[in-house]
Amino acid sequence: MDKIYKALAEIVGEEFVSNRKEELYIYSRDSGLSEPRFPDYVVMPRTVEEVQKIIQLANKEKIHVVPAGASLSLSGLTIPQKGGIVIDMRRMDRILELNRKGRYVVLEAGVTQGKLQAFLEENAPDLCHSLPEAPPSATVVGNLVIHGQGNLTQAYGFNSSMISGLEVVLPNGEICRIGSCSLSPYWFSIEPLPYLAGLFLGWFGTTGVITKVGLRLYPKKKLRDVELFVLEDPKLVSEVIYRVTHTEMAEDITTVAQPYPLMFQGTIMIGIYLTGDTEEELEFKRRLIWSSLSELIKAKEGGFMALTPDMKVGFLEKPMSSLTRSADILKGGGFVYCGAIIPIEKFPEALKKLFEIAERNGVTFAHTGRVIGRGHCMMFAFAYPFNRADLERMEKAKRALFDSYVATLEIGGVPWKPGAEEQKLILERMDKNSVELIKRIRELLDPNKIMNPGNWEVEL
Amino acid sequence: MQSQNFVLKFQKELCETCPTYDCLTRCQYLNIDTKTAEREIRKLLNGEDSFVLHECVTCYACEEYCKRGNHPFYLITDLQEKKGILPAPKPIVKQWVNLGIPDKKDIPHFYGAEEPVISLCLFPDFVDSISGKLFQGVSIVLGRHFFCNLVYLHFGKPSLIRERLPKIIENIASHGFKEVVFFHDECYSTFTSYADAYDIKVPFRPVHLFEYLYNRLKELKDEIKPLNVRIAYQRNCSTRLTPEKEHYLDKIFELLGVERVERKYDRENALCCGGIIRALQKLELFVEVQKKNVEDMKKAKAEYCVFNCPACYSSLAERVRKEGIKPIMLHQLCKLALREEPR
Repeated sequence: MDKIYKALAEIVGEEFVSNRKEELYIYSRDSGLSEPRFPDYVVMPRTVEEVQKIIQLANKEKIHVVPAGASLSLSGLTIPQKGGIVIDMRRMDRILELNRKGRYVVLEAGVTQGKLQAFLEENAPDLCHSLPEAPPSATVVGNLVIHGQGNLTQAYGFNSSMISGLEVVLPNGEICRIGSCSLSPYWFSIEPLPYLAGLFLGWFGTTGVITKVGLRLYPKKKLRDVELFVLEDPKLVSEVIYRVTHTEMAEDITTVAQPYPLMFQGTIMIGIYLTGDTEEELEFKRRLIWSSLSELIKAKEGGFMALTPDMKVGFLEKPMSSLTRSADILKGGGFVYCGAIIPIEKFPEALKKLFEIAERNGVTFAHTGRVIGRGHCMMFAFAYPFNRADLERMEKAKRALFDSYVATLEIGGVPWKPGAEEQKLILERMDKNSVELIKRIRELLDPNKIMNPGNWEVEL
Repeated sequence: MQSQNFVLKFQKELCETCPTYDCLTRCQYLNIDTKTAEREIRKLLNGEDSFVLHECVTCYACEEYCKRGNHPFYLITDLQEKKGILPAPKPIVKQWVNLGIPDKKDIPHFYGAEEPVISLCLFPDFVDSISGKLFQGVSIVLGRHFFCNLVYLHFGKPSLIRERLPKIIENIASHGFKEVVFFHDECYSTFTSYADAYDIKVPFRPVHLFEYLYNRLKELKDEIKPLNVRIAYQRNCSTRLTPEKEHYLDKIFELLGVERVERKYDRENALCCGGIIRALQKLELFVEVQKKNVEDMKKAKAEYCVFNCPACYSSLAERVRKEGIKPIMLHQLCKLALREEPR
């Protein structure tokens, strides 16, 4: 038995460490199109102290470490680029505290979206967290680390801005708390202290392993409904979003443009979600939203689509399982997307690029998007389904995906959760001093360069 | 075949000599007095612009209000299209136009091959409900190849109906069906009223679902257990095109042992379900019409609201349910009386 395996087994117990090929296989890939790469070990810690010991071991042995949740980024962020130990956080799945009046919850890094959703439905039915359009098996922290979005993003910003506290194991093995929890028993706020949380969000596990998080919760209204505003002219999308966000009546605002089913071809649909505790509240909000768009309706440029109850059920499901079906339109279980964070005014340009890329590469496409903040920006997904059994199509989808990352940068956007290759594209274009700062921070926190190598790696 | 080959059979002099102008004065949404009606009808007859063309909610009712056998509603929709007046926003119209295009990938759906044949139009969700004693031995067809397209009357695109209809008729006729039962009232009205108004030949006999249900229920009469409930009936727009089959409905209700409540908004005075009013982006009117309608049902102490049209059901069912009235499709009500599970 090799000494690292033995040391890991001593830390977490033999049943929670593996170097068996068939188990490493699972961690060598994700559902996207990144090249598979095998780790040497996978380990499942139960406590922060165990995580600490694993990191200390990795430093001692100069072996790489890749923290992982459910590995659902689709861009290979938890695929070990240079081997090493994958730390699967999913055994750390306890919800430690619910502060109902303070509207926050403290949970371990392996808690899944589904578990938190179910917990809140049972223990705090009038509260909710910002739920991403991800499978219930996705971890909450995984979504936060990549600056994910959810159904409350339009109202409150990126999900990562809803963090009220962090516990992190630094690359040197020290355990560090961020926010009010660093000096008080309460996990209510990151602010007004120096904003250290920024050292761990968007870094894809290169600056430490998040083990606990304080997460803000928000009022959950009893009723929820959706309206779909339909346009033909993409130039009007930013105007619609500006008007609707001005009302402050929407919970979530999404965009959809896709060639299938045929009914949707040539149109853009803007999903406007509204909530209320009573029918009166809901109808009040609906009226304000309709009224905000009355000029466009009168000019016949846009209108609200009639949704059947069945369609509504699909749109209102949280998360939307219908997205899984539409992602698999070509069958064969393949789906990738480039989530571009763009200024909303760039929507027409992004859509044009999507059409061009799809045509150039001969691939089927779809667009979904989500407004972030009160129209401060949006996530614009360039999405490409493919059949995993069709290698030619896979290759085409891969090319289209890469083109989409380039297009995002060309129009002035920022790719969301980019893979290792796409991170290089970003770093190439980034201000040199910013790149240097990233490098210095990594060197400072991770002198032995053990953390998730290949990501945000500045080559000088 | 191009749509311009089909011309509306319309007798101008019938309107010019009309003593009532019922088509407009009875409109429940435009509030038109006799004097205004006379003036606006003359404009329409002369092919001139009229506020009617812009504000019509396309409920189809004027077709029924006209007792002289003319086609005021078809005239309105033809003029809307001629003048480029879209009752709904362009993108909404586009979606509806796209909806009816038979895609190359579309496969005509058949369940069985023998007559009697029921066409389910574009309502695949109802396939499972065409079952049990009521529909024993029935074959089903559905899909865009059999889609009547009449819905474009709502969207200022009637020529699309005439453009697509010959092919749809051909699709149906090519199977050699002598009779086709139409589940969707709009289909029936297309192949009867609309086809007739434009002199489009239909080489099979369109049978309305009411007629089929009535005949079948008579055969199953001994197995019916009267429901003894009070029902409100929600008419749909296309029933205005073919009121001649409405008599079956009362006979069906009688067989089922249900009481069709007397209420203000029934029969010729029926209100639109609201669906199309909302699609035309008239939110306030939609809310008002649904409210008036449901309150009328409640006042009449209806226990069920019976629908003939799936689109009306979609639009109004949730609203009536919230008021404690059970929404149900007519054929499902019949199944209840036969003690079958309404799927």
